[in-house]
Amino acid sequence: MTTLADRPATPTRRGDRGPRTLATRFLGYAVLVFFSLVFLYPFVIQIGNSLKTEPDAATNPLSPIPDPLVLDGFVRIFTGTNFPLWLGNSVLVTVLATAGRVFFCSLAGYALARLRFRGRGGLFAAVIAVMAVPGVVLLIPKFLVLNQLGIYNSYTGLILPLLADAAGVFIMKQFFESIPVSVEEAARIDGAGIFRTYWSVVLPMAKPALITLTILSFQGSWNEFPHSLVSVQDPSLFTLPRGLADLVSGSLGKGTQYPLKLGAALLATIPVAIIFVVFQRHFVRDANEGADKT
Amino acid sequence: MATNVLPAAATASGEPDRRRPRGSVRANENIAGWLFVAPVIVILGLFLLLPILMALWVSLTGWNGQGSPFTGKVPFVGTDNYTRLFTDEGLARRDFMTSIRNNLYYVLLVVPTQTVLALGLALVVNNRLLKGKSFFRTAFYFPSVTSSVAISVVFLFLFANSGAVNSLLAMFGISGPQWFADSRGVLHLLLGVVGVDTPPAALTDGGPFGLSWWEWLSGPSVAMTSIIALVIWTTSGTFMLMFLAALQNVPVALEEASTLDGAGRWQRFRHVTLPMIKPTTFLVLTLGLIGSWQVFDQVYVMSQGDPAKTTLTPAYLSYRTAFRDFEYGSGAAISFVLFLIIIVLTLTQRWLMADRDPERSRWGRRRRRRTPEGTAR
Repeated sequence: MTTLADRPATPTRRGDRGPRTLATRFLGYAVLVFFSLVFLYPFVIQIGNSLKTEPDAATNPLSPIPDPLVLDGFVRIFTGTNFPLWLGNSVLVTVLATAGRVFFCSLAGYALARLRFRGRGGLFAAVIAVMAVPGVVLLIPKFLVLNQLGIYNSYTGLILPLLADAAGVFIMKQFFESIPVSVEEAARIDGAGIFRTYWSVVLPMAKPALITLTILSFQGSWNEFPHSLVSVQDPSLFTLPRGLADLVSGSLGKGTQYPLKLGAALLATIPVAIIFVVFQRHFVRDANEGADKT
Repeated sequence: MATNVLPAAATASGEPDRRRPRGSVRANENIAGWLFVAPVIVILGLFLLLPILMALWVSLTGWNGQGSPFTGKVPFVGTDNYTRLFTDEGLARRDFMTSIRNNLYYVLLVVPTQTVLALGLALVVNNRLLKGKSFFRTAFYFPSVTSSVAISVVFLFLFANSGAVNSLLAMFGISGPQWFADSRGVLHLLLGVVGVDTPPAALTDGGPFGLSWWEWLSGPSVAMTSIIALVIWTTSGTFMLMFLAALQNVPVALEEASTLDGAGRWQRFRHVTLPMIKPTTFLVLTLGLIGSWQVFDQVYVMSQGDPAKTTLTPAYLSYRTAFRDFEYGSGAAISFVLFLIIIVLTLTQRWLMADRDPERSRWGRRRRRRTPEGTAR
């Protein structure tokens, strides 16, 4: 990198490269900065406007600086809406769904990767097939089954269907296949049972995949919207995305109340944003794994 | 990439064979195997496969949400719910075809734009002359991980009548439209600019599936373009990462060789880089195509299908038909048509990818025939 950058300084026979390289870099940075603004400025506006008064937000929507700075929006989020309740529900759903997904998907992934049992091939084919089923066509079907089982409009209906997903099984299976079998064999020869081998020998080795799956499940269930739309109806069972959607569609009554809405959306974004910044490389890996699996 | 999975799979399936003589271990593994997969099977079976079958049944009935749909009291209507979408004159077909039209224009704008933008950003980020790669990568990718509902709220504010986008336009002396109240089609507006204000009679008189040609040719509505902008903004980052991974696999030596051979920047991109990342480009295009038929959350939060049904998509229409109009049979039928569209796209993609993966050269040859420049490979 440095040699390339230094090149313009040293006179070479390709002397015309100097200004061109400079121009390229200038143009490159201009493009990068412009698009960084495009991708990040909406969040800046969101933060700024959530701290404004309503008239201020309406007259200066582009400005990131609140004048005057008020916490009215946030106060009303906690006093005038059911936000704390939605937050609690979201935490409950996310924790249980993530724990369930990580445990069940790694169990199934391990069985599909390592255990030899009748029907394994067919099961794996079924997992691949299920991954292709688009979520949006399941709206009515899910409602039907929850209704039929009598768990519509309950925590069970809200959480149980989120406890496993085919993509997680796939990720875990791929990972288990990539680690050497010799360690497990040694454990087995030492007389460890299958579950014990899985639990105390294989799982500790699968840490990277487990972290990836945890983050994926966390993000997925925290942001999950369509499922909560068709599984519950009672406002006391709303999760954050459902509550937010409800706020926007006019349950607030008078005025646009943008500072409040933007603030609520901001609070709903923060947990995933923190996870994203801390575990960034796992997100990046996931995007690339997505490239492999399809 | 898939190639390094294959040897692993081979050893995994070949390895237990060595233990075959020990019958008890195999029996053990048989039981353990099923126990290990049981929770996933139960959950996916109960909340994925079973519901699909139930919905298939409901789509053949006129169930209105009262009682159970699986009793004799529910009227069986055969394929009526499906024929109403395609052949019978009426509101159901009109709405469905409008939603298909809207989604087609949406796909037409979203897929190419996000692909070109993602590739462009990946190329700039990947440039060896520039620093700060990881910051820009993070910045571009961040919108993709946030909640679709939360981001839709932000965009509602940005595109509000007195919102940020209109203030920005005002700085350039343009008075922006009332985004979410504007049902005018963009193509109609463009035709208006060149003087075609009243549609020619030939286009209003008739057309396929109950919509006139003029209606089919409306383009996305102004309201829909704001949803399109939101989706391009959120998805480009993911696809940029895929392109970035592909670009990093292009051997530097190859690019340098082509430079030595006198290839200019554009030629190098066209004849070296682009052919090398063709599989990823194809993947991004098909994933985009599959994803853009599933737009739902944004429509639900931002427009609910309004104004004048110009942001109605099949996914949202199926939801609305079932849960607002209580025509569950009709809604389920729309879901299945949508399912069919997406499955056909998915299967086509998997078939083409599988076709290419084991024997990459075959794909290369086939592509080469169409684009002679591909021989640079």
